[in-house]
Amino acid sequence: MTIEFLFEPSTRGAPAREGASRLPARAGLGLKPQHFTEILATRPDLGFFEIHAENYLVAGGPFHHYLSRIRDRYPLSIHGVGLSIGAEGPLDVGHLDRLAALLDRYQPQSFSEHLAWSTHGGTFFNDLLPLPYDQATLSRVCNHIDQAQEHLQRRMLLENPATYVEFAASELDEAAFITEIVRRTGCGLLLDVNNAHVSGVNHRRDPQAYIAALPLAEVGEIHLAGFAEDRDAAGAPLLIDTHGSSVAAAVWDLYAFALERLGPTPTLIERDNNIPPLVVLIAEARCAERWIESVRRDRAEVAA
Amino acid sequence: MSDQRIFAAALLDPDAPCPAGLTAWNGSDPIQRFAVYRNNVIVSLIDALAETFPVTQELVGEEFFRAMAGVFARAAPPKSALLAKYGQGFPAFIERFKPARGVPYLADVARLEMLRVRAFHAADADPLPPDQISQALADSERLPALRVTCHPSLGVLSSRYAVVSLWAAHQGLGDLARVEPGVPETALVARVGLEVQVVALPPGGDALVASFLRGLTFGEAAALAASAAAEFDLTANLALLLRYGVLTDLRLPAEVSP
Repeated sequence: MTIEFLFEPSTRGAPAREGASRLPARAGLGLKPQHFTEILATRPDLGFFEIHAENYLVAGGPFHHYLSRIRDRYPLSIHGVGLSIGAEGPLDVGHLDRLAALLDRYQPQSFSEHLAWSTHGGTFFNDLLPLPYDQATLSRVCNHIDQAQEHLQRRMLLENPATYVEFAASELDEAAFITEIVRRTGCGLLLDVNNAHVSGVNHRRDPQAYIAALPLAEVGEIHLAGFAEDRDAAGAPLLIDTHGSSVAAAVWDLYAFALERLGPTPTLIERDNNIPPLVVLIAEARCAERWIESVRRDRAEVAA
Repeated sequence: MSDQRIFAAALLDPDAPCPAGLTAWNGSDPIQRFAVYRNNVIVSLIDALAETFPVTQELVGEEFFRAMAGVFARAAPPKSALLAKYGQGFPAFIERFKPARGVPYLADVARLEMLRVRAFHAADADPLPPDQISQALADSERLPALRVTCHPSLGVLSSRYAVVSLWAAHQGLGDLARVEPGVPETALVARVGLEVQVVALPPGGDALVASFLRGLTFGEAAALAASAAAEFDLTANLALLLRYGVLTDLRLPAEVSP
């Protein structure tokens, strides 16, 4: 199946994907406060920056000062980590209002959130917690995405999760569950290739088959990140989605596999822990851009 | 109990059993996999507190701080996804936390650090232009009736301890060995441009600012400050407030916009 896709790249992807996001099909970086002034002083040649929405739901001060200046010069992706779309309880309308104001202020080219929950009973757990893939969860998640897209007046991208457990109650596999969400809500997909790899190892499923089974025409952005390694109770490898190291070789390979199917796609290098100097992250972004360029060239040749 | 309620409760309680219904492909005990979530939650909350309270951490050491922050995070997890606000209850918790009693000023240093984070993210406002200030100060008849608006970042902390000197010594400003922790200090915290500043207010400064914030007139505030502190020096206090751009408006009550 892989071989067949490899020889038919131009038949998949690009045309249907316009509208999934308006980010340029280039590499971008997560915006970190320690890099604010260097970015403005050196204006690195990057496709876009991405912020975590919740860090900027503050009234004023340096975060808005620098973000507005960086926004003037770069496309922006706003990535939510606190909406808790998978929560059993209702969405926090106050949080949606604050997100709407942030989106209105910065007019980002993309807004995305996670297939996960992080809030229950008024407590915020600051982690992306897993969901059973059953009908009740499916309809609840779809209702929440409908509500968010309505409230924010825009199409959002939903990110596939990195998970460490599975649920006995699951009725669908993850790719089928996500496919059904995208079909019902019209949301786009943020394909986190690192999460696909991490979950693939953690649940012994084939990450290539997983990616191939997703609604790739709706992918508006890709995430790449690093993980840490642990073991489960039986000694099997358990990968942890830490965003604390550089992108692993296996994830670059899986990224190449995904890009061949997607065509050139906006790609974020995600780094939230052990943040290195900006130049190190720019070098990783360049690496992603070489892959994007190579896929662009291949497609041009096939088309010619 | 709902599934997420059980899951949520078990995240914060290390002694709770693993939630039912979790599986692993290899049939291994899911408790070790569930522990990843437990660890993510508690470590990320401790990290958030460590970011807000760096001097508090330096005062007691990383190991003690992280243990104390973990007890707090389990007892009082965040109520909002806006983590910049997380930790408002931490200073009061430290005050009651028996193992920290050996450092009696710890809670006040934590209060100061919380005010700094609050000031960092507070709304923007322009300080009063110098010509308007000198005009207002020159008109001694009108001055007492004026009402003061302060910068949204402004915070004041009156401490029984040398909270400003202790904090400053941990910024490389001054010698920690020479700080007398038992000397009371009042901290003024305000953002000047993009930088949060911390400075000691002269006697009566806390009463003066508190009166401004309550909406009292300039004259009423000055009188209250004078009765609160015998050594109150209006000029010294005002000079400091102006230097740190704390006053954003000065006008007669009738002129105050609704």
